[in-house]
Amino acid sequence: MTSVPHRTAKKLGLVIDLDICVGCHACAVACKEWNSGGHMAPLTDENPYGADPLGVWFNRVHTYEAGVGGNSRTVHFPRSCLHCEKPACVEVCPTGASYKRAEDGIVLVNEDLCIGCKLCSWACPYGAREYDYDSGTMKKCTLCVDRIYNENLEEAERVPACVSACPVSARHFGDLGDPNSDISELVREREGYDLMPEMGFKPVNKYLPPRPRRNKVGDTGAPAALDSAAPLSATHGAETSSNPLLRWVDRALSR
Amino acid sequence: MGTMSGKGKYAIDTSPKVHDEVKHTTCYMCACRCGIKVHLQDGRIRYIEGNRDHPVNKGVLCAKGAAGIMNHYSPARLTKPLIRVGERGKGEFREVEWEEALAVIARWLGEVRQSDPRKLAFFTGRDQSQALTGWWAQQFGTPNYAAHGGLCAVNMAAAGFYTIGGSFWEFGEPDWERTRYFMMLGVAEDHHSNPIKIGLGKLKGRPPERDAKFVSVNPVKTGYSAIADEWLGIRPGTDGLFVLALIHELLRADKIDLPFLVRYSNAPWLIVQDPGGATDGLVARDDQGRPLCWDTATNKTASALSPEVKPAMVGQFKLPDGRRVAPVFHLMAARYLDPQYAPEEAEKQTGIPAETIRRIASEMAHAAFDQEIVIETPWVDWAGRRHDRFVGRPVSILAMRGIAAHSNGFHTCRAIHLLQILLGSIDTPGGFRYCAPYPKPVPPRQRPTGRTHEIVPGHAMPGPPLGFPSGPEQLLVEPDGRARRIDKAFSWEAPLAIHGLMHMVIANAWRGDPYPIDTLFLYMANMSWNSSMNTSGTMQMLTDWDGATGNYKIPHIIYSDAYYSEMVAYADVVLPDTTYLERHDCISLLDRPISDADGAADGIRQPVLKPDRDVRPFQDVLLDLGARLGLPGMVDEFGGPKYPGGYPDYIVNHERRPGIGLLAGWRGILGEHQGKGPVNPRQIEKYKQNQCFWRHELADNQKFYKHANRAYLEWATQMGFIDRPEQVVLNIYCEPLQRFRLAAEGHGPLQPPVALRQRVATYCDPLPIWYRPTVDEEIAPTSFPLHAITQRPMAMYHSWGSQNAWLRQIHNANRLFINRRTAQWLNIGDDDWVWVISHHGRIKAQARLMDGVNRNTVWTWNAVGKRAGAWNLAPDAPEVKRGFLLNHLIPELIADRNGGLLPNADPITGQAAWYDLRVRIEKALPEEAGETVPQFDPPNAPPNQAPAPSILRYGAHFRGRPGEDIPPAGPVTEPRS
Amino acid sequence: MHPALSVIIFTSVTGAGYGLLGLMCALAAFGILPGNRLFGLAGFVLSFGAIATGLIASTFHLGHPGRAWRALSQWRSSWLSREAVLSILTFGPSLWLAKGWILDGADPAAAPWRWYGLATAALSLLTVISTAMIYASLKPVPRWRHPLVMPAYLLLGLATGGLWLNVLLHGFGLAIDDLAGAVTVALLLAWLVKIAYWYSIDRAPGRYTAEHATGLWSQGSVRQLEAPHVQDNYLLREMGYQIARRHAGRLRRLALLAGLGGPIVLTIAAALLPRWGAFALSVPAAGLAIAGVLVERWLFFAEAKHVVTLFYGAERA
Ligand SMILES: Nc1nc2c(c(=O)[nH]1)N[C@H]1C(S)=C(S)[C@@H](COP(=O)(O)OP(=O)(O)OC[C@H]3O[C@@H](n4cnc5c(=O)[nH]c(N)nc54)[C@H](O)[C@@H]3O)O[C@H]1N2
Ligand SMILES: Nc1nc2c(c(=O)[nH]1)N[C@H]1C(S)=C(S)[C@@H](COP(=O)(O)OP(=O)(O)OC[C@H]3O[C@@H](n4cnc5c(=O)[nH]c(N)nc54)[C@H](O)[C@@H]3O)O[C@H]1N2
Ligand code: SF4
Ligand code: SF4
Ligand code: SF4
Ligand code: SF4
Ligand code: SF4
Ligand SMILES: [Mo]
Repeated sequence: MTSVPHRTAKKLGLVIDLDICVGCHACAVACKEWNSGGHMAPLTDENPYGADPLGVWFNRVHTYEAGVGGNSRTVHFPRSCLHCEKPACVEVCPTGASYKRAEDGIVLVNEDLCIGCKLCSWACPYGAREYDYDSGTMKKCTLCVDRIYNENLEEAERVPACVSACPVSARHFGDLGDPNSDISELVREREGYDLMPEMGFKPVNKYLPPRPRRNKVGDTGAPAALDSAAPLSATHGAETSSNPLLRWVDRALSR
Repeated sequence: MGTMSGKGKYAIDTSPKVHDEVKHTTCYMCACRCGIKVHLQDGRIRYIEGNRDHPVNKGVLCAKGAAGIMNHYSPARLTKPLIRVGERGKGEFREVEWEEALAVIARWLGEVRQSDPRKLAFFTGRDQSQALTGWWAQQFGTPNYAAHGGLCAVNMAAAGFYTIGGSFWEFGEPDWERTRYFMMLGVAEDHHSNPIKIGLGKLKGRPPERDAKFVSVNPVKTGYSAIADEWLGIRPGTDGLFVLALIHELLRADKIDLPFLVRYSNAPWLIVQDPGGATDGLVARDDQGRPLCWDTATNKTASALSPEVKPAMVGQFKLPDGRRVAPVFHLMAARYLDPQYAPEEAEKQTGIPAETIRRIASEMAHAAFDQEIVIETPWVDWAGRRHDRFVGRPVSILAMRGIAAHSNGFHTCRAIHLLQILLGSIDTPGGFRYCAPYPKPVPPRQRPTGRTHEIVPGHAMPGPPLGFPSGPEQLLVEPDGRARRIDKAFSWEAPLAIHGLMHMVIANAWRGDPYPIDTLFLYMANMSWNSSMNTSGTMQMLTDWDGATGNYKIPHIIYSDAYYSEMVAYADVVLPDTTYLERHDCISLLDRPISDADGAADGIRQPVLKPDRDVRPFQDVLLDLGARLGLPGMVDEFGGPKYPGGYPDYIVNHERRPGIGLLAGWRGILGEHQGKGPVNPRQIEKYKQNQCFWRHELADNQKFYKHANRAYLEWATQMGFIDRPEQVVLNIYCEPLQRFRLAAEGHGPLQPPVALRQRVATYCDPLPIWYRPTVDEEIAPTSFPLHAITQRPMAMYHSWGSQNAWLRQIHNANRLFINRRTAQWLNIGDDDWVWVISHHGRIKAQARLMDGVNRNTVWTWNAVGKRAGAWNLAPDAPEVKRGFLLNHLIPELIADRNGGLLPNADPITGQAAWYDLRVRIEKALPEEAGETVPQFDPPNAPPNQAPAPSILRYGAHFRGRPGEDIPPAGPVTEPRS
Repeated sequence: MHPALSVIIFTSVTGAGYGLLGLMCALAAFGILPGNRLFGLAGFVLSFGAIATGLIASTFHLGHPGRAWRALSQWRSSWLSREAVLSILTFGPSLWLAKGWILDGADPAAAPWRWYGLATAALSLLTVISTAMIYASLKPVPRWRHPLVMPAYLLLGLATGGLWLNVLLHGFGLAIDDLAGAVTVALLLAWLVKIAYWYSIDRAPGRYTAEHATGLWSQGSVRQLEAPHVQDNYLLREMGYQIARRHAGRLRRLALLAGLGGPIVLTIAAALLPRWGAFALSVPAAGLAIAGVLVERWLFFAEAKHVVTLFYGAERA
């Protein structure tokens, strides 16, 4: 029986900082690379060198513009499974192939049970499910379950591939169920939000919103403009105003 | 078997085995050169990850780096040497053995070398072994050598080397940890891809009490600009004026670091004011050649290099010989205080409101002077004076090709450096910081080689082809002023072309101007496609026939590539290279090292897999050819190859100067030396044991003010970076330029041809100037109202990325991005097809509207468009049908005022002016929609090219699932001794 | 949503099958239908045939049809699983009833057979309801998670099933006067529900926007500048299907014509004709109705918008 566990011991997940994501796709490709040989391998690519390539990706990076005109904001937006607390993808799955782990909350697919009915992908509002036409099974982000606990990796490497690759550190991994974890702290501090909370899926992953721009007078403490340098000593008197260079005449400077 | 977790049918292995072996090497999916760990399992690559210990990337990896597997196993890899059998450009080849290919080349080159070595033009593109390739050209005896810098960002390099003795590009970096104000101009990605991203992450993650502001000046708001605190959507080509307006403001308010200028720059140096005279504008010097200043203590001239003087910064003085002089600072301040540099004037050109320019200047001053950083580390300056602390002005700037790729880029970049100098933020905490081996003297002492007496058939040249001229006598020109190099570098057309003009080689060789050549030898440069201007024309030139000789206009073309790129079809002999995971490479301090501001570093690449094809590392091939040709330094006393072990042998055993070789780490028999030291036969082993890199962290007292820091300068001298531990004086005033200008004004024995005099006199201004891009002189800007530029997509490397099954899914078609309001005005909607028309040609593309782009600018991703038939892609691949290059619209030559033809380039450095492109846009007819123009007939595939797989299940193997198509598993290498 | 033929056939044909089965068994249980063996045979063959056809069609949608049995396991949470379980459960009483009715010649209105009949009817209804609930429970597809979706499925199933029952009755000359009337009413009701549904979705442009999806409310209106990948991926192939309004309008009229207008006219005409004439008209009536439902189902998918498309540039869903 795979109905969703009431509570999970941990709520492992990702926090993605939209304020600093530069949209480099490193997370997406690193994910593809790790997982191509990982728990859900392969991430099949159909027609890879042809007219209409179609690949399985667990993480995809969108680029949006928000707002209009010169004040619009370009926001890069990586999207992968949010490991929801109430994942309809699991509820709708007729076979039990989709499940949520009680120990850490990771939502996974057991490919050997999956019949490829695709219903879970219909049930997921976040587009996190990826059907592999070739294997006939549903695949998805595993939260790198085969990395984060992997004893064959050095301790520091036991984080999701996307997190370890992200060059700007826009991705964070941790236990969002523990209010004292660094990542929970970060979410509180930066007012991390849920995607489409109205769906009621209670995503574990959080997004940190873009912070306000600092592009107005006063934002850095500098005045709106520099004052012209004060006129020079009386010795130069009237000349100063006509020749601004004279202000540097009397500087005693040594090399 | 690993560790199981979960119950029953949900038990999973959370600790699967992920490698049999991990090999460290250096990434080459781009030129950033990050450290990587390649995990190998069953003789295949399980995955590649960033090396956390590596100084460049500190463990992170970019999209390209993570997709390395797919480049390594690309179906477009070349598999065997090829010799052309059909017409050029048709891709008709026969496979040959290496011996035959090398024998043919040796015969061609042998003849050239004995008759006129200049008839070999050897140009290397994205080359990371210029320490070898440049040296090879020198030994061959041809000056016609350069790498891709001239078409890339030589403006940045030249402006830096002639101003601060270091440069943006990868020769310096912002002090990411400490800066409080960071301005980025014209950067989409840069060579420092990962360090910049790591740096931005740090900068944006600062606690509020030390927060930093990030300003991006860029016509387009994507990538880094998207996360900037402030975006200034400048009109392309006008940054120079923007920066000079900032300078105007700082001078007006006297918000400059005068003590810094006095100590570290040539601001106090006296300049001769003798209009019309032969020494006008030159630095006044004493009889020992030392620059003079006006010492206010004695009211006399004194050596400006003396630590004791108290120089005047403004004023008019007289030399004992009666000539009038004024300090550099005086001339500089007088120029930029002029109202023509006021923010209001700048607003007219840049489109940035004067108010904003004023605010930015104010913010910079605030950060520099009110947020001064102090590091309590005592240090000693060049003159032996002790300082208790490093004082920093935490304003940092980074600029790249948005500045470089304009014909006014050299001066614009000089203006940026001037701004940095005025703020006192060169190599100070929080500012711009040099990366070893920089700073070097301004300009660096190496002169270009290639004058008449330096080229002797059958002999090496006495020096390297490229260098840093400091006056007319160091140009490579004939007495009548004509260029001596095929690309016309170091001629009056481009006196400071320190990286050559690769983009002019084919056009010049085709026209026989300045002379015809015999052999064009290219390495790693897709010159018939994305690295050429006038791509369609270039394709014709490569195949054009010379009726008189019955041969091609460019008789022989030799090319080394690892993949079936567009260029391969134009080669007569193709030398298939390995992939980056199959060879040794050297990332040398003699070339473009991987140092950072806190330490010097270099590295290697080591073979991680054995080639499964008949390919050879190009460096090995080059040394082999050198030995066959009997080139000095490549043969031993018996005439045999001096480096029978190929490139690794050379890396270890070659000494450029006594004690100085390609690698700085572990020199000496025991590996006890760094920098300079005897050859260590086990040096490469040491590198491999140390994850393929070497890094030496500077002592704390060496980390800042490197241009004037005795401890640093002495160390740099020991290391062989500089000859003497002398202060590197920052050059606000660029005297070499004035020497060229004087020649143009009719002084001295070597003068430019009459047609070029005005041009040289105008552009060789010793202080930064701003002018409209030169192409504007040829075209009527009103007919071509829009600027058209490209940006690098972060997930693609030029043309290579398209063969990569993963990366190409991200970018395989490109759009022309247009400002929404501009598009409305032109009646163009999202997804419409449009004609893009320049004065040189027209292309068709599909539009995408956006808000975050300058209203006068359209842009697209660079190098996404592909030629049908190349890269083993389907002929109807989106890259072909919906991808396009702007290059077809950019002419390599433009007419000057006198009707002469000049390179479409910066008049000082010869930098290709890609971003000067002006266009107009017309909506295509409905029946024209659907496909980009131009389209070209596909060349044949190389013989025995395996068809590209139609499905890829890479990695299935590791999970024990069947049905994998690739790879043909290559054996893991035994380390080569 | 991508209108996959397998799923369209599945929902419309099994819907009719269960409608027929349910009606037949219920009417027989109440003794309204004659206990004619041959009639029983024809009825069961037709309904089982339709159900089987639909179920088999549905497996074409599966990546692993061979494992379809696994879909029986999650009835506690999954409507698809419930549907599968119910459809199989339905076979229990119905097969038993069929055996009694056809082989034993038992009277379906008599105990215990009538209980099997009633159970079959109830299970058939529940099966159709769970089919509908597969869709109606999906929050990410607001046009499916609509109160009229389930009634429409049920009524269309019953009405199309009823039309087939009518065919059989005419064929066997056993016509029941009120049945044609009842079926006509059901048909009318079903399509009224459908019209109301269309009316409703046309008035509601979609609750969700790209600002919802991305949560970037505070930044102003949100537009996609670049998709993660140039070509459509699985999500867009599956959920990104878009149909032009004009096109949908035409198809709706076609659905109404085939599914409602045609069958009603033919059914009424059939009621006025003698046996073979009536039979001859009732077949196209039922056939047209199925065709109408196929079109309706196609629209049901094609007009549904999945919120995931908001990430890919759709304005509303
Ligand atoms: N419109 C426009 N044009 C531009 C630019 C622009 O911004 N806009 N940018 C310009 C700039 S800055 C540059 S640097 C050029 C770059 O242009 P190119 O130097 O032509 O760069 P690449 O496309 O990277 O192609 C280099 C070639 O190297 C080959 N190669 C890759 N790996 C190996 C290897 O291991 N061994 C060998 N032997 N060959 C290999 C590739 O297959 C390819 O054919 O483009 C320029 N062109
Ligand atoms: N991913 C990836 N990385 C690369 C490469 C690659 O192909 N792909 N190529 C490598 C190479 S060879 C190079 S040279 C570097 C180049 O790295 P960049 O210098 O980042 O090169 P570009 O992509 O040309 O970016 C130029 C930027 O300048 C802006 N720009 C254009 N005109 C102007 C102007 O007049 N003023 C200002 N302020 N901005 C302007 C453009 O909008 C663009 O954002 O990248 C290197 N790194
Ligand atoms: S994001 Fe989608 S796939 Fe992931 S748990 Fe939530 S509903 Fe399921
Ligand atoms: S596709 Fe597989 S995982 Fe998804 S609902 Fe169907 S059986 Fe479950
Ligand atoms: S957690 Fe792992 S599987 Fe999920 S997106 Fe990141 S890399 Fe991919
Ligand atoms: S790697 Fe980091 S910066 Fe790059 S797209 Fe992913 S989250 Fe954004
Ligand atoms: S930036 Fe990316 S592609 Fe370039 S060297 Fe580093 S990891 Fe490799
Ligand atoms: Mo470049």
